[in-house]
Amino acid sequence: MSKDDSIEVSLRKQGISRRAFMKFCAATASLLALPPAMAAVIAETLGRARRPSVIYLSYQECTGCGESLTRSFSPTLENLMFNVMSLDYYETLQAAAGTAAEAARHTAMKENWGKYLLVVDGAIPRGHDGAYCTIAGESAVDILTGAAKGAAAVISVGTCAAFGGIPHASPDPTGAVPVSQVIKDKPVINISGCPPVPEVITGVLAHYLTFGSIPELDHLGRPKVFYGDTIHDRCYRRPYYDAGKFAKTFDDEGARNGWCLFELGCKGPITYNACATVKWNQGTSYPIQSGHGCLGCSEPDFWDKGSFYQALSTGTWSGGTVLGAAVVAGAAIGVGAAVVSRRRQARADRKKQP
Amino acid sequence: MNLLDFARGAAMKWSLAVFVFGIFWRLTGILLLHRTHDYSVPRAHGALLGALRTIIARSWPRREFRARTAYGLAVSYAFHIGLAIVVFGFVPHILLIRSLTGLGWNGLPDGVIYFCAVVTLIALIMALIRRVTHPVLKLLSNFDDYFSWVVTAAPVVTGLLTVAHYGARYETLLALHILSFEVLLVWFPFGKLMHGLLLPVARGQTGAFYARRGVNP
Repeated sequence: MSKDDSIEVSLRKQGISRRAFMKFCAATASLLALPPAMAAVIAETLGRARRPSVIYLSYQECTGCGESLTRSFSPTLENLMFNVMSLDYYETLQAAAGTAAEAARHTAMKENWGKYLLVVDGAIPRGHDGAYCTIAGESAVDILTGAAKGAAAVISVGTCAAFGGIPHASPDPTGAVPVSQVIKDKPVINISGCPPVPEVITGVLAHYLTFGSIPELDHLGRPKVFYGDTIHDRCYRRPYYDAGKFAKTFDDEGARNGWCLFELGCKGPITYNACATVKWNQGTSYPIQSGHGCLGCSEPDFWDKGSFYQALSTGTWSGGTVLGAAVVAGAAIGVGAAVVSRRRQARADRKKQP
Repeated sequence: MNLLDFARGAAMKWSLAVFVFGIFWRLTGILLLHRTHDYSVPRAHGALLGALRTIIARSWPRREFRARTAYGLAVSYAFHIGLAIVVFGFVPHILLIRSLTGLGWNGLPDGVIYFCAVVTLIALIMALIRRVTHPVLKLLSNFDDYFSWVVTAAPVVTGLLTVAHYGARYETLLALHILSFEVLLVWFPFGKLMHGLLLPVARGQTGAFYARRGVNP
């Protein structure tokens, strides 16, 4: 299969039927909340398109995003890789290693300069001139900066790449930053989540490959089609929240009855993601459905927002000493004011006496 | 740090610190004031009962003035009771109180809270209209009255906007709601909102004074 083949030609060479291809296009249209008629447009566009090159870079990450990506069911990663795009560099999945792997990246960049899609997962450490993460002797900052120069667009996969994630959490010893703080001159799409919903990753890739443009983004650079609603708004337990029925512990009657997990620290009301609609593992479930509150992992600095088990309406401060000092100071000034008042009164009384 | 983090973190800590500082300052200062010793022989005993009776009796309309005070009293009762239900009946509020004091209780359904919040807001607006249109009340009102109204109404308005997700993103509305409450906390000890704590003290003192003289007001 040649990289210069159109997608339609490459499909034919693999013996994949037109019918199977149309099913893929319909699933993609549905995932992106497009009208059914757009499936035909997607099919026509993809059919004529040359398979674009995708370079996937991994830095300060746990490979959870990659694990998630490989579990996409519609469209599957295999479908994207073999039918729609040419994944030219991805350390986790590629067979090549060492010099050969780096050569593959350089070749892909050279051949597709200005047109390839750059996918990044993991935060970028900038401390000590980027010494905390190097590949083939080059720092992550340098590799990313160099690769981004020739990219058509950059996709940050996972909260680490999108917002810094856990590497960026206090005290951030490596000076970890998100991709958007390193790359300023290219459009950056953030697909946050720890990890992101796999269909969101492949859906955004499919959108770009189909339309050649990035989807509409929110103020944090995330595609609105997937990050437009909060988990809370789409949660099947929302009626229990409205009715004031909450689980108090993870094993009480409320928990067994599937009541709202707000009191147990669920961050669903301030978390924008597609977990409650697309779900995980082929639409089987998502964290709240499995009995645990949302951690808010698709939001910036979720790791530094206090305990995961602290209700959203409570404070995140620890200031017992400050409050104690305020009580003592207030009482001291009050006593002082009363003493001054009593002295004035006594003086006035003495003056009244003959 | 975003606005919500600020509202739940540093702003909450320092507003609570100012609140308790002000409360202790005002209460200690007032309760320790010099009292003139009463050398008269008491005509009746039961000063405590008299204090309690006056606190309740003066919160109820006198028959002679009922027609003139009915509007103000009805509106005042509506927003005071409404505020109490919203503050102490809404589960997220109870969780905040529990996190601060360790005290908790069961909450009310959201529908009840939303209804009470709307009634409270309407009553607050009616009270403001009366204040700005009443010929005498208008002259008696100063900055403290209007600012106290604003800091009381703001958490109700922002709270309703938050649950309705109207006007901005939820987390922004929630942050504004928490911040508006924190402004109320800061203002509470130093403005007329302090009547929430001083009113029982003042009326109780008057009631005890009358009870000693055998007067049943």
